[in-house]
Amino acid sequence: MARRLPKKDVVIIGLGWTGSLLAHELTDAGLEVVAIERGPWRDTSTDFSPTQDPDELRYGVRLDLFLRPAQETFTLRHNTGQNALPIRWPGAFIVGNGVGGAGVHWNGHTWRFLESDFVLKSHLSQRYGAGAMPEDMQVEDWGITYNDLEPYYDKFEYISGTSGRAGNIKGQLQPGGNPFEGPRSRGYPLPPLKDTAPTALFAKTANEMGYHAFPRPAGNASEAYVNPLGIAMGPCTYCGFCERFGCGNYSKASPQANVLPVLMRKSNFSVRTESEVLHINKDASGTRATGVTFVDTSGQEWEQPADIVLVCAYGLHNVRMMLLSGIGTPYDPKTGEGTVGRNYAYQSAGAAGLLFEGKRFNPFVGAGSLGQCIDDFNGDNFDHTGLGFFGGASITTSNYHGRPIASSANRAPGAPAWGSAWKKQVSSTYQNSSAVAGQGSVYSYRDKYLDLDPVYKDRYGRPLLRMTFDWHENEKKMTRFIAQKCAEIGKAMGAKHVTPRSIPDHFNVVPYQSTHNTGGAIMGSDPKRSAVNRYLQSWDVHNVFVVGASAFPQNAGYNPTGTVGALALMAADAIRNEYLKNPGPLVQA
Amino acid sequence: MTRALSLKTIALGLALTGGSTAALSTVALADGQDFVTIEKGQYLATAGDCISCHTAPGGKPFAGGRGIMTPFGVIYTPNITPDRETGIGAWTADQFVASMQHGVGKDGELLYPAFPYPFYTKVKRDDLVAIKAYLDTLDPVRSEAKPNGLPFPLNIRTALMGWNMLFFTPGEFKPDPAKSEEFNRGAYLVEGLAHCGACHTPKNMLGGDKSDKVLAGGVLDEWTAPNLGGDLRTGLGGWSTADIVEYLKTGRNAKSAASGPMAEVVYYSTQHMTDADLKAMAVYLKERAPSPAVPAPKPVPAEDPVMKAGLAVYQDNCSACHVSNGQGIARLFPDLKGSAVVQADEVETLVRIVVQGTRAAATKTAPTGPGMPAFDWKLNDVQTAALLTYIRNAWGNAAAPVTADQVKSIRGRLTDTAATP
Repeated sequence: MARRLPKKDVVIIGLGWTGSLLAHELTDAGLEVVAIERGPWRDTSTDFSPTQDPDELRYGVRLDLFLRPAQETFTLRHNTGQNALPIRWPGAFIVGNGVGGAGVHWNGHTWRFLESDFVLKSHLSQRYGAGAMPEDMQVEDWGITYNDLEPYYDKFEYISGTSGRAGNIKGQLQPGGNPFEGPRSRGYPLPPLKDTAPTALFAKTANEMGYHAFPRPAGNASEAYVNPLGIAMGPCTYCGFCERFGCGNYSKASPQANVLPVLMRKSNFSVRTESEVLHINKDASGTRATGVTFVDTSGQEWEQPADIVLVCAYGLHNVRMMLLSGIGTPYDPKTGEGTVGRNYAYQSAGAAGLLFEGKRFNPFVGAGSLGQCIDDFNGDNFDHTGLGFFGGASITTSNYHGRPIASSANRAPGAPAWGSAWKKQVSSTYQNSSAVAGQGSVYSYRDKYLDLDPVYKDRYGRPLLRMTFDWHENEKKMTRFIAQKCAEIGKAMGAKHVTPRSIPDHFNVVPYQSTHNTGGAIMGSDPKRSAVNRYLQSWDVHNVFVVGASAFPQNAGYNPTGTVGALALMAADAIRNEYLKNPGPLVQA
Repeated sequence: MTRALSLKTIALGLALTGGSTAALSTVALADGQDFVTIEKGQYLATAGDCISCHTAPGGKPFAGGRGIMTPFGVIYTPNITPDRETGIGAWTADQFVASMQHGVGKDGELLYPAFPYPFYTKVKRDDLVAIKAYLDTLDPVRSEAKPNGLPFPLNIRTALMGWNMLFFTPGEFKPDPAKSEEFNRGAYLVEGLAHCGACHTPKNMLGGDKSDKVLAGGVLDEWTAPNLGGDLRTGLGGWSTADIVEYLKTGRNAKSAASGPMAEVVYYSTQHMTDADLKAMAVYLKERAPSPAVPAPKPVPAEDPVMKAGLAVYQDNCSACHVSNGQGIARLFPDLKGSAVVQADEVETLVRIVVQGTRAAATKTAPTGPGMPAFDWKLNDVQTAALLTYIRNAWGNAAAPVTADQVKSIRGRLTDTAATP
């Protein structure tokens, strides 16, 4: 029997980027807010200190900061004809856990999506004809435009201290920036990170080839910075331990570095860590949430009543929470009806591995988001006529780490994989390896979706989330195209060995690929084809907002966090300025 | 405001006419619940940082029970909430004033000078009455006093009569008419309520202030309280009044960050004080009679093997935050170049924060409390000594080398990590 806690105005499920941003905004509006976080409390000085943080075995290999599959995992199948099996150790993607969530272990890529990404369905239909897309492709418009989101992109970049070079300020193209980006209201708060040898070589080569190189927007502070909340960041030390690690230097953007120092001081905010929300509760009408039920480490169940429920967990977990709570109609791929679980998408990699001779790249001097990019083959920045696919990728040479264990996997073609000969070539390949890599889009399809697994359950007896996903021909063709472009640039950079890589015939859950799972609770303007409206408010239960990459109708050729942060701030604005005045649906269907 | 002024006038009038303030206390005439008085008392109690010592770790505010480490044994602070039996709810304002100005308890018993009455004696009576009025508004907490851990004969309170004769000069603060009002306000706060000298003035063997070394730097509980004199190398000589104000208001400035006991002072007390009071304290500290300059020792030469070893340890472990030139990152990672703590004769703080780590105060205006990690598991005594010798003599710094024995001795005395609020 759950014990009942005093009611709050807002309960937040998960205290990562979106949870902390919303908590900050809504406590500023005077609301009483409690966040319920499944994982532990983590803070910079106590958990990510520079004496322990750069421990590759602990964090990079054994994944100390990540969710244990014993606590929650996913099942996977390639198509509806198969039986899904559980993922028993994180492989293709690794999911964060604890306060800060993925904002602790990310690299810091802080992208804005392209203007055309937000109106993808209408854009592609207009440019190539409604029949040009594959019959089962299910891309959608977002229900918002880039311009709607621009103020919130800007706000997130200034809160998180993004380093970069603007390409388009109010319609004026800026030298050295990304000419394909949508107009921004002002430049980045910090100048770009310093280049290293391989990133500078990429930029020079790409520009010589007629492309448009620009520094990757980075949530790694290039200089000391104080954000609009009054929180100080230290300059990045280029230690190269971002991805899978916390930052001990207050340099990588994270809830800990950029929001929590202010949020935790507020008397109208509290957080319950090591507490897992089991489900969202609804009233008898089923149209209003009454709070959540969670369980603590001793097994005691608690009911936390609240007027507003914000679902701010990892995207896949958001979708599972909605399915477990009966909020919205589960998607059925046979009929194409239902909204929750619809339009799951992922990220695709087309790339070229590069091995040079006689270089001294010193890859240990790196930063999570340090890189030079081109966007010439991203989204619909190039003409897809006759290519046989849609979508594209941001293409980058990065210098994000020189971790010894991971780097020792780099091998020259034909080099032995073990023994003294392997050891001998490791020191050479360490200094001579680089890559040109595409971060590719994945579009959504009628048969790729999320639902509850009929067999496998978690330790509370709740069904696991089942993923039904495999690569489609569109993405295979696209990544082959991108890999070819990457290889051309790599050759021009002077690499001795260039190894193009594209996605395989079938999705493989074992090697790490990307943690950018998107969709399942997508935003849109049609309640029959989306789970939440443009403010991330559930169409079915108006006091539930579902915030995260779960809202992406399909995935773009970028990392998701910049857009996730912007969406969270846009939802916060809508709650503060519209919903509180008149609680109810913010969009009439 | 008018009411507060008139009360003050009454009190002053009584004093001038030689009337006994004990018999006709201000409080007897005043409304003890006067808003202006209570608010003033709240501010003054904050300026005096009462909460810091009178709150046990994890305990209720002002309910006492925190152990104060003295060279003579542990003394537990009493409950100063208005609980009538275990707190000071039954105390009259006069009894409270007597305790603050003369170090005597409710029934006339002598109090140990771990309670800084030698400073509070300078506080004006109506300020003390206001503090009592504020304390009376707190929630009463029932909390019995813990017995002190003092050995015989120090556990006999009458022994304090002798101590008072030797080291205690009672009497309210007398402004210096030759100085500005601002200077005098600063002096009143520094010498009185803020009791800066309790830590920053070195103590003699009996725990009394060394009167010739006021605010020249002290050591307590394995923390070095730096010299607040004008010495460029070991004092505040390199700090402007604005630097001092920023430090007290935010817990850091371009040069340094408050940690350890000073983090508590900033967190509970100075960050809440008015800019005018902080400026007055800074003006006083900068203008008061300068302490005699301490001759700088000759720096240990860079080619000394210990310096070379220390440089290697520094580059591997410290330079990411404190930067290779020692200057750190303003307002986040302290500047070691020219630092008074780094060059102080006493190296307790230096050893302590390398071994145990520490955390700077997180304040309203500087909400991140940056952490210094502990290196106890990583650096041995010899490495720590080499590192400290290096930072004390690099970049123009000059101070006596630190030996492995010193590190070992201080490391052995460290009991627990000081809590940072």
